[in-house]
Amino acid sequence: MASTTPAPAVATARDAELFLSVEDLKVHFPTEDGLVKSVDGLSFELRRGEILGIVGESGSGKSVTAQAILGLHKGSRARISGHIWLDGRDLVPLSDEEMRGVRGSEIAMIFQDPLSSLHPFYTIGDQIAEAYRVHNKVSAREARARTIEMLEKVGIPNAPGRVDDYPHQFSGGMRQRAMIAMALICQPKLLIADEPTTALDVTVQAQILELIKDLRDELNSAVILITHDLGVVAETCDHVVVMYGGQCVEKGSVDDVFELPEMPYTWGLLGSMPRMDRVRQERLTPIPGQPPSLINVPTGCVFNTRCRFSDHVEGRRCFTEHPQLLPTAPGHEVRCHIEPEERRRLFELEIKPKL
Amino acid sequence: MIRFILVRFAGMILVVFIVSVLTFGIFQLAPLLSHTSPVYYYTGKVPYPPGSPQLQALIHRFGFDQPIPVQYWQFLTGIFGKTITDGTSAPVQCPFPCFGYSFRQNDLVSTLIGNAWPVTLSLCIGAAILWLVGGVLVGTFSGLKPGSFVDRAGMTGALAAVSLPIFFTGPVLLLLFVYTLGWLPGTGYVPLTTDPLGWFESMLLPWVSLAFIFAALYARLTRSNMIETMGEDYIRTARAKGLDRRTIVVKHGLRAALTPIVTIFGIDFGTLIGSTVITESVFNLRGLGYLSIQSVRQQDLPVILGVTIVAAVALVIANFIVDVLYAVIDPRVTV
Repeated sequence: MASTTPAPAVATARDAELFLSVEDLKVHFPTEDGLVKSVDGLSFELRRGEILGIVGESGSGKSVTAQAILGLHKGSRARISGHIWLDGRDLVPLSDEEMRGVRGSEIAMIFQDPLSSLHPFYTIGDQIAEAYRVHNKVSAREARARTIEMLEKVGIPNAPGRVDDYPHQFSGGMRQRAMIAMALICQPKLLIADEPTTALDVTVQAQILELIKDLRDELNSAVILITHDLGVVAETCDHVVVMYGGQCVEKGSVDDVFELPEMPYTWGLLGSMPRMDRVRQERLTPIPGQPPSLINVPTGCVFNTRCRFSDHVEGRRCFTEHPQLLPTAPGHEVRCHIEPEERRRLFELEIKPKL
Repeated sequence: MIRFILVRFAGMILVVFIVSVLTFGIFQLAPLLSHTSPVYYYTGKVPYPPGSPQLQALIHRFGFDQPIPVQYWQFLTGIFGKTITDGTSAPVQCPFPCFGYSFRQNDLVSTLIGNAWPVTLSLCIGAAILWLVGGVLVGTFSGLKPGSFVDRAGMTGALAAVSLPIFFTGPVLLLLFVYTLGWLPGTGYVPLTTDPLGWFESMLLPWVSLAFIFAALYARLTRSNMIETMGEDYIRTARAKGLDRRTIVVKHGLRAALTPIVTIFGIDFGTLIGSTVITESVFNLRGLGYLSIQSVRQQDLPVILGVTIVAAVALVIANFIVDVLYAVIDPRVTV
């Protein structure tokens, strides 16, 4: 599998870096109330064999980004600009019909709720085989054999017997496994998992994440894991993009971002996450306030209304000037007006002890 | 599945039984309330005054002097065939299904219904095909692009069609296509078996005018179902697989959007069998609707009873088919 692409360790930096490169992606929806800037200038890169986590609250633009990469907004009223380079080809200017050939075969997606994402009237096997046959000229028999093979691979017990079951006859975890089988049947080079474990119970979550990691290793695919669960990111991902209000506010390797986060929003996310490996605090610390309106994005920093640290910046720059996403360490970028030294000091003094 | 069908079948028989009891009850109640003998409603004009021995003899002959349950039992067993005689003319053999004899129209009720039902069935089936195809097509295209020109045009048309009653559209169509343009022959039913083309020409305008209202309802229904379905997660999955638009809309969208319509269609069609009076009157079709309105006007109780039971059986059969079909269409329905 993936025999044409070398393993990431030996891949030349340039080729690998170009595998998926999102540059200044903007997804805006014109509505009667105004222009909704769901994603506003997002950039990130992804190499094969890597897992990128995109985290953020509901409405931060995570899913919209994923659907934009898959071209699911084509044919709607969404306005998309920027570039999505996949293996050297820009997906943004492609037509819906051109994008159709990419969907499922080069990029596949797993969705949050496997029950509603599967058609209730068709069998699991039919739905998976359909995904295979749309991109491969094979007989129904071959597609069925391949479907059973995939179901076995994702760990469905007695796959030949369960292939003709309907979605409602599967358990939640099995449905998500079936969704993964459907997504991987054409051996996509990029897998986007949009909150793949949110609708599942905790014991099944770990199994599904393990499965995604195993299949990543086997196919050497790149994976984008969208989640609001930082625990999932810490456990699974290599890199992480923290999104807020349609923008990336911090990105870097998982080690950097979890060990030395510098953006107050990331601090907030970490503070609101239950941890088993530390002494239990009295309470989790929620981030006060609500995510910003994506129609009237505040001037200055998107996070300014909820940030406790804006008085650490001279004047009122947090409310007047939009901060740039600037590197603070190699491969670690932060969008914040607070000086890097001050950020690190604040983290060590005020945030870290409470995590 | 077989168990399910048997249970539904038993339910079906029960409903028909209840309908027959109710109609038979009304049959008994009507003379009681108007303080006359049922024999007047049964035989038409009776020259004997109330209380006369001749009338008593007639009442006795038709069994109206017996207890009502016994009368009902005789009616029920009579359905499987009996001999009817009024004592003066030659006795009439009444084979299954026997709903008695209409002394007003001088014919067996089953013969009257037998002559009428092909007309009504032709009308209903033709109209049903028209409204299903038309309504679903308009509804699908409207629902795929809500707010578009196609949607607005389709829904405006549907609103107009819903607002226009058959006794308006029917005569207008007749005036236009028969009396002005002369494209179609006049009213009246031509049997399919004798002249298929003539049958088609005679039924075309009734089909269109009857289908009009239903097509409008079905277009609106399909539209809202389609809008809802196309927003479902599994449609997004279908797109994410890279399926073409046609497969997404037809195989994934319509399949789900039309399932509830099957139920409604079954009930509508079953109901329609007994309620095509206006269309039949406008186009001079001697169908079940015409027969029932005529017998109501003439107070011809045996015919009313027969038509009611036939209409009830049609509705119950339609429902039964829908139930079975639904279990086939929707795998989540456990049978």
